[in-house]
Amino acid sequence: MSLRVVRPGVLSLLQDGGRRGVHRLGLATAGALDHEAYLYCNRLLQNPAHSTAIEITAGGLQLQAQVDTFICLTGAAMPLSINDAACDGWTVHRVCAGDSIHVDYAVSGARAYLGVADGFAVTPVFGSTATVVREGLGGLTGAALAAGDALPCPAITRRRRLQLSVAERPRYQRQLTVRVVPGYQQKHFSRIEQRRFFGAPFEVSPHSDRMGYRLIGPPVACDITAIPSEGICAGAIQIPPDGQPIVLLADRQTIGGYPKIGAALGLDTARMAQLTAGCVVHFAPITPATARRALQLAQRFTYQRLLQEIPA
Amino acid sequence: MDVRLLCVGADAIMLYAQAPQGGAVAFIGALADSIERELGGALVDLVPSYTSLLVIYDPLQSSHTAMARQLRQLARNAAVAQEHAGKTVTLPVYYAAEAGQDIERLADNAGLGVDEVIALHSSRKYRVYAIGFAPGFAYLGDVDERIACPRLATPRLQVPRGSVAIAERQTAVYPAVSPGGWNLLGRCPTTLFNPHSKPHMPVAVGDNVRFEPITRTEFLRMGGELE
Repeated sequence: MSLRVVRPGVLSLLQDGGRRGVHRLGLATAGALDHEAYLYCNRLLQNPAHSTAIEITAGGLQLQAQVDTFICLTGAAMPLSINDAACDGWTVHRVCAGDSIHVDYAVSGARAYLGVADGFAVTPVFGSTATVVREGLGGLTGAALAAGDALPCPAITRRRRLQLSVAERPRYQRQLTVRVVPGYQQKHFSRIEQRRFFGAPFEVSPHSDRMGYRLIGPPVACDITAIPSEGICAGAIQIPPDGQPIVLLADRQTIGGYPKIGAALGLDTARMAQLTAGCVVHFAPITPATARRALQLAQRFTYQRLLQEIPA
Repeated sequence: MDVRLLCVGADAIMLYAQAPQGGAVAFIGALADSIERELGGALVDLVPSYTSLLVIYDPLQSSHTAMARQLRQLARNAAVAQEHAGKTVTLPVYYAAEAGQDIERLADNAGLGVDEVIALHSSRKYRVYAIGFAPGFAYLGDVDERIACPRLATPRLQVPRGSVAIAERQTAVYPAVSPGGWNLLGRCPTTLFNPHSKPHMPVAVGDNVRFEPITRTEFLRMGGELE
């Protein structure tokens, strides 16, 4: 019982909530980049929070159901159709064995999450099914989805058909303000350089990926060029000698020797993962206490929006 | 041992040991172990590296100030129990051009014979400073300065599994096939990273590694592979 991959699209990866306690082995955290969209995918399907889903980058995924189940697509606006009939995102849909599921290229946003009732049944490695292609770990075989892959999932005949109302869905725009807790080598950036970093617009480079988002803007200078290699937290903003910031994401290397000016808030890196090349980012400094309050508020409100039931 | 704590993100604190590298690396290794034991569910992950330790925690379970207080306390206790010096692991190496294609160039550049390079590389006990770059990749140091050698100008796309290499005064074994720019001296038949069995790695930060020269026959018998 599975969904079979007919066409994998640009880049489709099995992901979950990622790994913990693995950095001492040199392994990345991995996991869904836009954890808000991923969380809603599982909430809508009434799955356990960290059930395995497909992270679709850019789009172009085609699957064939070989089992009766329910699916849901959240995140970037990628037109979804089942047997060529258009279906709404952020909504649970029934699929039957033989149905063709098509996720087209994104109209807005960059990453969508396709989940299935009870999640894909994949054996976790280091406590997670998240795929890191560079490490050859997670997913089915440590690689991106390929045509012919069978994604195991159980037959499910009953599930409430839930939906997040259009007004409640995130809107992915082409610019974003990213909140940053300054830290790491912040003191090695002069006041003028910090003003430049927190004042100037930066453009998303096409060389952005799950390891990090590369930004293009006025060079930000640091008075040191290298430091002894040290641990890199999620969202850390590395400034290499060319002065172009790199915001490090879930697949980041665990240690590195470039100076860092601080770390972006996870709530905002989730949104950042929906930006495509050419989109604009501004940075805004916040204190650790404000950052924590924002995370608490997200936990109580942003992640708890009411879901509606579609009448049968 | 004195530590400096620095908030580096909404969910992360960096801890720097204020001491010369040798003692601080062992201290960081011991402290990482005790943090793992004591912090429980609030701890998300840890990255020990050289004389620093990154602590990633769940900000919904603990605040920056509460976490900093706990870390300071654990650092004081770890400093008391400082004799934890790490275990010593011996790794066999088949040193030869067919297993490490840069050994002759490295010897020439150093004005040494290949035998002398092997003797210098295998006569020292190295400290594991950090693990990163790839799963199970341990940064070891410091090699004798006579055999220190800069990275290749253009990294290779594929370095064979088990390759023993030098970059500057660091040395390492590539646990799996990967791209890499270090100078290759030989090959180690020991599995350095196994996702399916515990322990996943024979070494941890703060441990010591010694290299022991072996023959081609021994290398092959121990499961080593040559192209």
